[in-house]
Amino acid sequence: MSVIKAEIRSGVYYDSAVLMQLQRSLADLPGVEDAGVIMGTPTNKELLVRVNLVTTEVEQAKENDLVIVVRAGDERAASDALQRVDELLSARKSSIQQDYRPRSLEGAQSMMPDANWVLISVAGRYAAGVAREALRLNKHVFLFSDNVPVEEEISLKAEAAQKGLLVMGPDCGTAMINGIGLGFANKVRRGPIGVVAAAGTGLQQVASRIDQLGGGMTFGIGTGGRDLSEKVGGVTFLMGLDALSRDPDTKVIVLVSKPPSPKVADQVLRVARKAGKPVVVNFIGRTPISRRVGNLFFASGLDDAAALAVELAKSPPVLEVEPDLKLERFAPGQKYLRGLFSGGTLAYEAQHLLTEYVPKVYANAPINKENKLKDSLVSVEHTIVDLGEDEFTVGRLHPMMDNDLRIRRLMEEANDPEVAVILMDVVIGFGSHPDPASELGPAIAEAKAKAKAEKAGRYLEVVVVCTGTEEDPQKLSHQIRQLKQGGAWVETSNEAAVRYAGQIIQALNQPLDEAQSSAAPVDLEILKKPVKAFNVGLESFAENLTAQETPVIQVDWRPPAGGNEKLASILERMKKLSAS
Amino acid sequence: MINIEDANRKAVENMMEARPVVVGVAPAKEVIPGMTDDLLLHAGPPVTWERMAGPMKGNMIGALLFEGKAKDAKEAEAMLASGKFKFAPCHDYASVGPMAGVISPEMMVYIVEDQVFGNKAFSGLNEGRGKVMRMGAYSEDVIQRMRWLNEVFGPTVDAALKNSGGVDLRSLLGKALHMGDDGHNRLDAASILFTTVLAPHVSKVAKNSDIAFDVLKFMGENALTILNPVMAGCKTASMAAHGVEGSTVVSIMGRNGTDFGLKVSGLGDRWFTAPAPHVKALYFAGFTEKDANPDIGDSVITETTGIGGFAMAAAPAIVTFIGGTAQDAIRTTLDMYEITTAEHKYYTIPYLDFRGTPTGVDIRKVVEKQLPPRVNTGVAHKDPGVGQVGAGVVSMPMSAFEDALIAFADKYGI
Repeated sequence: MSVIKAEIRSGVYYDSAVLMQLQRSLADLPGVEDAGVIMGTPTNKELLVRVNLVTTEVEQAKENDLVIVVRAGDERAASDALQRVDELLSARKSSIQQDYRPRSLEGAQSMMPDANWVLISVAGRYAAGVAREALRLNKHVFLFSDNVPVEEEISLKAEAAQKGLLVMGPDCGTAMINGIGLGFANKVRRGPIGVVAAAGTGLQQVASRIDQLGGGMTFGIGTGGRDLSEKVGGVTFLMGLDALSRDPDTKVIVLVSKPPSPKVADQVLRVARKAGKPVVVNFIGRTPISRRVGNLFFASGLDDAAALAVELAKSPPVLEVEPDLKLERFAPGQKYLRGLFSGGTLAYEAQHLLTEYVPKVYANAPINKENKLKDSLVSVEHTIVDLGEDEFTVGRLHPMMDNDLRIRRLMEEANDPEVAVILMDVVIGFGSHPDPASELGPAIAEAKAKAKAEKAGRYLEVVVVCTGTEEDPQKLSHQIRQLKQGGAWVETSNEAAVRYAGQIIQALNQPLDEAQSSAAPVDLEILKKPVKAFNVGLESFAENLTAQETPVIQVDWRPPAGGNEKLASILERMKKLSAS
Repeated sequence: MINIEDANRKAVENMMEARPVVVGVAPAKEVIPGMTDDLLLHAGPPVTWERMAGPMKGNMIGALLFEGKAKDAKEAEAMLASGKFKFAPCHDYASVGPMAGVISPEMMVYIVEDQVFGNKAFSGLNEGRGKVMRMGAYSEDVIQRMRWLNEVFGPTVDAALKNSGGVDLRSLLGKALHMGDDGHNRLDAASILFTTVLAPHVSKVAKNSDIAFDVLKFMGENALTILNPVMAGCKTASMAAHGVEGSTVVSIMGRNGTDFGLKVSGLGDRWFTAPAPHVKALYFAGFTEKDANPDIGDSVITETTGIGGFAMAAAPAIVTFIGGTAQDAIRTTLDMYEITTAEHKYYTIPYLDFRGTPTGVDIRKVVEKQLPPRVNTGVAHKDPGVGQVGAGVVSMPMSAFEDALIAFADKYGI
């Protein structure tokens, strides 16, 4: 059963063409069968009678009254339609205004509401205010201005993260978004490589090399040089990395930075490990320990990073599935690794590899002096002990031949409630103990059982690298079998064993504070839309966009309140009041 | 805690929803609440006789001559200087006056009623352009025209309005903006529409056909016939918008030729003033900027409520009157969007694809962007007794907006 609803407006005048347009828009709304928008003259009202659009209100309307009437399938559709009248009347935006330069972002917004980027290059002391305004309007920000205080950067990025918006900068020189260059940027072919860079010319160099080598890019996300500092915490870098991880068109990610804060770099790498696609890393000044870790490919320089990315895009590598670390097995407070090695070189390599996972590893034979154990008999935090060192072998057989000392130390370490992982080597072959695993296997089982029997119910992971061959007198497979019977995780590659242990302790030392967790994800759909921008500051940035056939509005910006600080601060307080 | 955005939305919503209807004409002392025999109302913020601008003094003198309270200009001047008369802003008595804007007790005023909020506002009868009393002229011919307006024109139009049931200004202005008017300095279309609506009623109620002829001829030939009722209509919109707690919307702007003054919706009855600015103008033959008085008049109430200079993009022809190009007219309107709260629901601009006019000046935006409201205005001679010498555009002085912003922060503890 159809429903007819009407609204009468007195004392208004609309051009008849506008009324006809409104009538058509109303009739097009869902559920609406017919609509009439007329002035209430007798002739017009007769017309409404003929098309069955009459109510008592319509009948009573006077000549000067505007009559809006709809007939719809149900009550709801009719009321919804009437409620949209004002919106439809105002939903006409002028195309005439193109030459006009608005005085504010707000003014620009009324001219091009679907703009998605704001480029800011005004003097540093005003830049944060403009950026804040841009975030209020839900735009991504390209912040070229420098001399923005770091506190402002932190608060801007926090605000942006909450809204899933990128603040690229301050002091961000370049970005490439969907083939369009912002700021200083090169014309780079489009393709499957996405770059996140905390280094402007670094990004330009990598992007240019990618293009020269026949590759192409989805995004070049700049972050500003301070983003990877400990204070800022890599907010933009991590959001960019996350967006590229989710972007189906980005097949390879490249991360470029000048030397980042080690803590932030660790977090970036941890997140990058989960990207689900190859990630090429070039942190200038941080020498890579290995060429590849899982999906991470460490480049030796900018050029190498570009070349590696192009190669990986051409022939995608097979990415192994990450082992499940089953962290839930560990009790709260368990977080340290203890390495009990018989082989000096293996112990040394372990220390090296572990630097990728934890900040500091103590040792009796350390890779640098600061990490030397005060007392080789007492482990501290993460510790690697080489029991083959002279201090342990005086008047005693080498631990490759005699397991007693290691078993005793194993039990000691197992008793430490903060220990989660014990890393050991078993080196067989001529000269070694005739069947080391026959002693070590049961010892491992005992250590694990002890930990488990405790009140807290700890879980102890014992990781063993077994070095030897099948033809050795002790027979490799025989050794492995016994070790596994004892409950050990056994590898034949020292690196594999160390990295497995490293991942566990890295995860256990990572409270669930992944800085990202508070950031809303960047909306990919919006990020992938063609760039439409407002430019505040250097006019050449707007001209560059125009040259790239990208819509841009240059804002005729002036310092708030003409630079009068008292007035400007009142205005800022009023804005905060409105925002809260 | 106040919410400025909500308060401003409410103030501007009230401003737009006010629906002024011209219902009659009557002597000021009979209809303006608080009007007394010794009271002379004038445009703009309060001013003393000593500081009063030439054209306003001329208008005051003319008023006493017109009322028969003084024999000649000299006597009038002496009486005005003696302290016998009280001077007060029209705005503080629900009234508005163009240029010097003097309303004396015997003068006939239009009565405009807001059908939505019930406010009433008043404004005098328009004398046309040129040598007129509101511009400071008071020669015998000027006084004679005022008498005819008061004794013949006023009562006839009053009867015609009553016979017609009143003229709805909101819909009339909406239509006029589509016919090339700005609603302030260019009111050719609105005045014709007004004349067209009233003509049948004038012909019916006029005492004789000579009177009907004279009244209709005067109405039809004076392109500013409707200026005063429009201003009173805008005053009702201003009254509806005033007094919203926490609002930074400007509810009143006015100039008395000495000072500019404004009131803010959320700041009560306080005037914020600054010296009246000089108008950038085109001058009539024989006059130069040396002859010009600083900015004067309550007609800026039109811009205050979203038309006039703010609607200039609707009235490209006006640029010939004030000097400039059609592009300037459009730019002026676009600039005013930057300092206003809303786009008018009922007043739209065809050239901007029927975008609503910029409405409700926000002191925050004016100060932040250092972009003062722009007004189209006539220019009066600085000496009493001469009249209009030109017309042009003028920006309202920034310091009054800045003072208001500081007072707002003080009042609300921001």
